[in-house]
Amino acid sequence: MTPSTLTAYRWEVRKLVAQKRTYIGVGASALLPVIFVSVMALQTGGPYDVPLGHNLRHTGIALALVVLTFASRFGAQLVTALVAGDIVASESSGGTLKMIFTRSLGRGQILAGKTLATFTYVLVLLLALLVAGLVSGGIAWGFNPVVDLTGTRLSAAHALGLAFAALGVFAIPLAAVAAFGIFLSVVTRNSAAAIVGTLVYELVMEAIVGLVHVQWLHHYMLSAQFDAWHGLFQTPVFWAPVVRCAWVSALFAAVPLAAAFAIFKRRDVAGE
Amino acid sequence: MVPVEARGLVKAYGRIRAVDHVDLSVHEGDIYGFLGPNGAGKTTAMRILLGLLRPDEGEVRVFGRDPQRELPRALDGVGGFVETPHFYPYLTGRSNLELLAAFDGGDAPSRVGAVLETVGLQGRAGDKVGGYSQGMRQRLGLAASLLRNPRLLVLDEPTNGLDPGGIRDMRDLITELAAQGMTIFLSSHLLAEVEELCTRVSVIREGRIVYEGALADLHASSAPRYRLRTSDQETARRRLLDDPALRDVETRGDDLVFTADEAAVLALSKRLVEAGLGIAALVPETATLEQLFFELTETGEHPHRLEAVV
Repeated sequence: MTPSTLTAYRWEVRKLVAQKRTYIGVGASALLPVIFVSVMALQTGGPYDVPLGHNLRHTGIALALVVLTFASRFGAQLVTALVAGDIVASESSGGTLKMIFTRSLGRGQILAGKTLATFTYVLVLLLALLVAGLVSGGIAWGFNPVVDLTGTRLSAAHALGLAFAALGVFAIPLAAVAAFGIFLSVVTRNSAAAIVGTLVYELVMEAIVGLVHVQWLHHYMLSAQFDAWHGLFQTPVFWAPVVRCAWVSALFAAVPLAAAFAIFKRRDVAGE
Repeated sequence: MVPVEARGLVKAYGRIRAVDHVDLSVHEGDIYGFLGPNGAGKTTAMRILLGLLRPDEGEVRVFGRDPQRELPRALDGVGGFVETPHFYPYLTGRSNLELLAAFDGGDAPSRVGAVLETVGLQGRAGDKVGGYSQGMRQRLGLAASLLRNPRLLVLDEPTNGLDPGGIRDMRDLITELAAQGMTIFLSSHLLAEVEELCTRVSVIREGRIVYEGALADLHASSAPRYRLRTSDQETARRRLLDDPALRDVETRGDDLVFTADEAAVLALSKRLVEAGLGIAALVPETATLEQLFFELTETGEHPHRLEAVV
């Protein structure tokens, strides 16, 4: 069989499955809604003012999405950076790049496999959060209808479908963060530097949104795209932010990925 | 097709030239020894051969293909490693090989079991590589190279970290692979090993090749050296020093050692006997590869001037 990007992807996924850090990220994602619902069970009140927050204590379906709002400021980027920043740099520091570079797979195919595996990890992170949110929220508050952001009552089944769709929309800018992490992983050849650099990148985005008071600019920053899924929970569905999220995130992903591929394909492998 | 042909390779790091106009020719069926002290540029040159480094100047062809421009096809039929082979410590030895075999494609995946057996790791194949000794990693590195069923095997210090038994096994394995028609390109510090294994060698010093050719020619290029033991060594020593046809006279233990051509040695033996000295031994000494290596790498003399050195 001729080795392909799919071969690289399959093995990257197998490698992720064999590493502890993968489980730390996925475990943290799954734990967040459980902690959230436990804290709410121990006290009255709650974050009712965040999007879909008014559904808390009425239905478990909204729990994961409320948690996602909190996670979108830092947590999701952190667990994404843990894998994205490491995926190439660990091969540099571990000395395995020169082993895989002398096989029959092209360097571009290897990096494509790594990129797809990182995106898969991002999806698994969000799925873990959603499933844990549905289970813990369902146990605590049941699977009741959801009142969306425009005050319309959505059936539980409809809301559940929208929750999965919202997860998909949230995954798009997170994949762009992962792309920047992969770029830093290629350039720095150092896991810690790439992970911290990815977080600093996200913080800079947030800072620009906070400091520069130009409204139109905010719409085109990567950090703003993490709220795009709100459009799905409006009646009728407000597609504009979702569409913008897709192309803005694609742009934020394409530039670092193009640079990463160009560098990775030409880099010297010395002492690594 | 020539397995390896390199011409004028230059690779500099800042002002330091790690390799400096290096030419190499590895012929089909060679067991080619690449020798040089630490930091001489061996590994840099090997990295360029495998397409891991881009030279600043010069070009290299592996079976006629350019590893700088035609990867991964340029490495078809090539297996090997530079420096210590590294693996994923959280995967088992077998999984590491399965990964590399998948990256190789073709029938490589079906050879995993066989190469593990060849290097004697089948019993530990299910253990994570993180728990392997350096010697075991070295064996796994060879196994990973053999997965590609190579026509050219490139090995950087293949006996590093092996115990004496492992070194013997590795030597036997290399001999066996060469007997099967595989061309072997290996760097080594173990000169006795190289002397025993290799048919051709090159010696690199400070980035420059100071000798390349058949091992037999290297031995032949050294000036003949003789060892002498007589009934009166002090008198014999004075005679040797007075004879302009003899050079580099020195005392080694109970013996006198000198350099001369055969005619001068015949004349000397006659004169010693005429002077009443009994000759217990007058024997030619073949320079070991180790001696030649040090002469080439420490004196900086060009091999064509070896006679003047030895």
